[in-house]
Amino acid sequence: MSKVKSLEELMKIKEQAIQNIKMRESGKRGKIIVAMGTCGIAAGAKDTLKAIVEYLSELKIDDIAVVQSGCMGLCEVEPTIEVALEGQEPIVYGHVTPENAKRIIQSHILEGKIVSDLMVKRGEV
Amino acid sequence: MALTTNTILICAGGGCISAGEESVKQAFERKLKEFGLDTVVKVVETGCMGACSLGPLAVIYPDGVYYQKLTPKAAEKIVEEHILKGRVVPEFLFEGEKEKLTIKEKPRGAEEIPFFARQVKIALRNVGVIDPMSIEEYIARDGYFALHKALTQMTPEEVIKEIKDSGLRGRGGAGFPTGLKWELARQQQSDIKYMICNADEGDPGAFMDRSILEGDPHSIVEAMTIAGYAIGAKQGFVYVRAEYPLAIERLQKAIEDAHAYGFLGENIFGTDFSFDIEIRIGAGAFVCGEETALMHSIEGKRGQPRVKPPFPVQRGLWGKPTVINNVETLALVPPIILRGASWFRQFGTEKSPGTKVFALAGKIKNTGLVEVPMGITLRELLYEIGGGHPQGKQIKAVQTGGPSGGVIPAEYFDTPVDYESLGKLGAIMGSGGMIVLDEDDCMVDVAKFFLEFTVDESCGKCTPCREGTKVMYDILDKITKGEGTMEDIEKLEKLALVIKDSSLCGLGQTAPNPVLSTLKYYRHEYEAHVRDGVCPAKRCKAFISYVINPEKCVGCTACARVCPTNAIRGEVRKVHEIEQDACVRCGSCIEVCRFGAISKVTPAVSSAVAR
Ligand SMILES: Cc1cc2nc3c(=O)[nH]c(=O)nc-3n(C[C@H](O)[C@H](O)[C@H](O)COP(=O)(O)O)c2cc1C
Ligand code: SF4
Ligand code: SF4
Ligand code: FES
Ligand code: FES
Repeated sequence: MSKVKSLEELMKIKEQAIQNIKMRESGKRGKIIVAMGTCGIAAGAKDTLKAIVEYLSELKIDDIAVVQSGCMGLCEVEPTIEVALEGQEPIVYGHVTPENAKRIIQSHILEGKIVSDLMVKRGEV
Repeated sequence: MALTTNTILICAGGGCISAGEESVKQAFERKLKEFGLDTVVKVVETGCMGACSLGPLAVIYPDGVYYQKLTPKAAEKIVEEHILKGRVVPEFLFEGEKEKLTIKEKPRGAEEIPFFARQVKIALRNVGVIDPMSIEEYIARDGYFALHKALTQMTPEEVIKEIKDSGLRGRGGAGFPTGLKWELARQQQSDIKYMICNADEGDPGAFMDRSILEGDPHSIVEAMTIAGYAIGAKQGFVYVRAEYPLAIERLQKAIEDAHAYGFLGENIFGTDFSFDIEIRIGAGAFVCGEETALMHSIEGKRGQPRVKPPFPVQRGLWGKPTVINNVETLALVPPIILRGASWFRQFGTEKSPGTKVFALAGKIKNTGLVEVPMGITLRELLYEIGGGHPQGKQIKAVQTGGPSGGVIPAEYFDTPVDYESLGKLGAIMGSGGMIVLDEDDCMVDVAKFFLEFTVDESCGKCTPCREGTKVMYDILDKITKGEGTMEDIEKLEKLALVIKDSSLCGLGQTAPNPVLSTLKYYRHEYEAHVRDGVCPAKRCKAFISYVINPEKCVGCTACARVCPTNAIRGEVRKVHEIEQDACVRCGSCIEVCRFGAISKVTPAVSSAVAR
């Protein structure tokens, strides 16, 4: 750790730490629910979850909560995630590998376009 | 770190630890691991969240849902339901949330719970919110920004002016203006000066200082450094009692981390100001909280007070000008520097600006720590925030200021809580301990409790304090044992005034306060003991008897079986009787009788066998 000499350096530490803390505070624009049931985990949901969280923080998106849930009951298309933005119908995606997760974030979260080839369901599971 | 999706903040304050926080935390961690969630869900221990009677407490983020009275089983369920499936677990929700919340509804955050909503957290701003072991989390909440501002944009005089303008007064008890104290120290010509943080916290029942040190240690490091800059000191000491090992450990870590970032040590923020802090551990004598005794103790001498003046700002530690401030006082300093005096003044009253932390204890629903704007009435504090009496009974009085304070009867509950108003009633603000009393509390007994404390804690240097408090205690003891006379009450009053006037330090000067204030408001209770042989609260054993009502007794024998002295006679299904000579008034029988047949009466019944 180097010594802090300026306000800029202090600000930088603050911003970084806020990024980390914000993850646990409410007031989000929406959330991504990752199904972490036994089958989801077996299908690689942990890697998916990791990729999602990493990609979001890479893009400095901090108003999307990442939540884990149990099995959504769609075991054959695991890993599954649900993207629920405020005021919009939730979308469930299947076969969400880390690669696909990035595509979903890029398109759905950033550009507001549903990724139709991965979508398995509209609305609440 | 960036991977965290949920965070479980679990309260590791003293209250919650003794309620079993450790095993709850382990259950959380075990269950998270079982689901492979241990890498993405962070479990953070915080300082006291303030609702100790409902502990162990935890908050689950991002939702900000509070859970109370946790057990390891509850923790497992919360992981399975809340963390994994996003469903709130209603049975462990924080009280008050329960009725309003069905499972599908959005969980409610801290803003909406009355216990939290009425509070204004300045001194406790980070306690229970951040990880006290993480300097980064402190920085995220504007930590060390005030220090930067003071060192790079303000002269020491400007820092002092800001504190003076804020009207901040010492939270350690006496309420001395902090800015003025700093100014007096600044004006002293001396190459060496010292800054001391008083974390002795001797008042039984108060634990706000411990909570701040445990939950937000960096706020003290930052504040002391600012104070050091203002008065021209290069060295600080924190005097903590040995009974606070967790506080010491976290403060130690905070000091180390502050060094690593350059907030302590040489040339802070690249300026030519250097400052360092050492921890000094005290043995935990009440008198060592008195500032001159405290300095003697740091110097390695016996912790005894000396005559003032000279005041510590003139001749303090090792004869050098020294400022001593209380933990809570210091915790308020960084926000004042950062946000300005007028911001601080929007809270509280003209003469007592800002907030004060109180430790609620006794006959109150929400025991624990609360921080409220000064000027709030006792009624608001006790009923709206404290939740009133746990069984909905009448609150009789509240004892403020610990052994140096006094009682305030319920008639005065519309009094605003500030230094002047409490002082006028013969009580004091003190460090903020509040013991709530109800009809079952005997005022003579309350006075005796505090006197016993001061007798034990008197350092023995001055005769009135050493001998006088003992004599007062003996008189109180006599009265509670049924041997007191009316002259004793007068003698008590006279002695109290003499001790107040002739003692050297604050301990002796304030020791008679509990007696004087109970005599002021509850003289009739003293007289009832002496003249009528009655303890109105039915507390003093000499004045009560346990009796069985023959109409209600069904002869179940439950009482006879628990009685330790076999004082209860009777056959199965026949009315029982208590033999008064054998009864030691332990109260066990009243607890077990399911028919409400046993009662306590005062005055004591005289016959050998009473019905
Ligand atoms: C017997 C006695 C015990 C005291 N104990 C404490 C204590 O535990 N903590 C504290 O901060 N001040 C205590 N004080 C008050 C200190 O002497 C001193 O006034 C205070 O620390 C100054 O800080 P402040 O101006 O920030 O309140 C005590 C005073 C007396 C007479
Ligand atoms: S418990 Fe009550 S009813 Fe039973 S013997 Fe005792 S007094 Fe009588
Ligand atoms: S108060 Fe205790 S000692 Fe007296 S009768 Fe009841 S149980 Fe026995
Ligand atoms: S110790 Fe947990 S709320 Fe006080
Ligand atoms: S230890 Fe914190 S209020 Fe109980």
